[in-house]
Amino acid sequence: MGTLRGVDLACRRGDRVVFQGLQFSLGAGELAWLRGRNGSGKSSLLRLAAGLASPLRGELTWDDAPLARSEAFRRTRRFIGHANGLQDELTVGESLAFCAALAGAPGARIVPALRAFGLESLADAPVRTLSQGQRRRAALATLGLSEEPGVWLLDEPFDALDAEAAQRLQSLIASHRARGGSVLLAAHGEALQVPPTQVIDLSA
Amino acid sequence: MTGLAFVHALLRRDLRLASRRRTQTLLPLAFFGTAALLFPLGIGPEPQRLREIAPGIAWACALLAAMLPLQQLYAGDQADGSLEQLMLHDPSAFGIALSKAAVHWATSGLPLVIVAPLAGALMGLTADAAAMLALTLLLGTPVLSLLGSLGAALTLGLRHAAGLILLIVLPLCVPALVFGTGAVAAVDGGGSAAAHCELLGALLIASLALAPWAAAAALRISTE
Repeated sequence: MGTLRGVDLACRRGDRVVFQGLQFSLGAGELAWLRGRNGSGKSSLLRLAAGLASPLRGELTWDDAPLARSEAFRRTRRFIGHANGLQDELTVGESLAFCAALAGAPGARIVPALRAFGLESLADAPVRTLSQGQRRRAALATLGLSEEPGVWLLDEPFDALDAEAAQRLQSLIASHRARGGSVLLAAHGEALQVPPTQVIDLSA
Repeated sequence: MTGLAFVHALLRRDLRLASRRRTQTLLPLAFFGTAALLFPLGIGPEPQRLREIAPGIAWACALLAAMLPLQQLYAGDQADGSLEQLMLHDPSAFGIALSKAAVHWATSGLPLVIVAPLAGALMGLTADAAAMLALTLLLGTPVLSLLGSLGAALTLGLRHAAGLILLIVLPLCVPALVFGTGAVAAVDGGGSAAAHCELLGALLIASLALAPWAAAAALRISTE
């Protein structure tokens, strides 16, 4: 498992520079809590780290190589954004099967991934029939499709989750870290029950 | 994952979605049937006149029908966050553009290839001309899908995207319309359609070679 580094990062949204001069390093087994006021660039930083956007200045590296050139990073990173990435017309099982196909994960991982969020009884339910919390669970269940350690980039993952589902996510994150994976997540402070190894404060 | 496996997985998902969105999927076909029916009603049922304009009617209606689903080609995936997830995987944008164009053709172009000759025959086209209409649509509708995919990617996330897509794509589709109707008219007049078909084939190859790359670049810009 390598190290994700941000070097002198700056990010622009529209005409506004939302942050600049940002440095961070995220190694194996680490959990970084991304905090900041609304509009401070938390989601933007997660999108940069996912490779979905380019920084205005600076560079993101994986084991000192640019992210775009790191096959290992691109293969193992997982990004869960604000939107759940689920199609209303598919069932929960079909949605996970599609994600597994894209991730190259074996189909046998689908049931354990659903079970991790208590969704096994909803495998055949169309996504359109799920509540917001259940949709969020289904989106987060895709994290369990692979046991390969990598970087998880999670944007407000606890949103819409009840206490039980939040606990399930905490357990999944703990297992991931124990395997050598790392996590960069944006969340409200009270949702994060485990002390992070570092805090990246974008309000500063 | 290989590019082929990515495209295959996305094709399977989108075809499954199309089978469950029946109203949206059948809309181009319904539009084609309705629009093709309006022409004889408006122009009059004179067989000779109808036969002369049948290739143009069939092609123009097919072209407009193929435009209908374009706005939703990427917009649905963008709205629910699927597009971001797709962009995380290699070969991401190129694979997305290629498979979206393929699904658009399979759900909009292919049904028109099957139905348009029937409409042409009802308007008095000979069997040979109706067969040529099917062949030209078989060569031409993939061009419409590939250029449509490019237009949809260029306008992704913009207000009034539906109108902008038409403004961008329709002029680009004019050569396909001209060569397609020209081929059918040539056969109907007893001539050879070889030159028209070759030009349509060349258009298809050029669209296949260029449009997915351009659409992929537009997708990257639109999602950043």
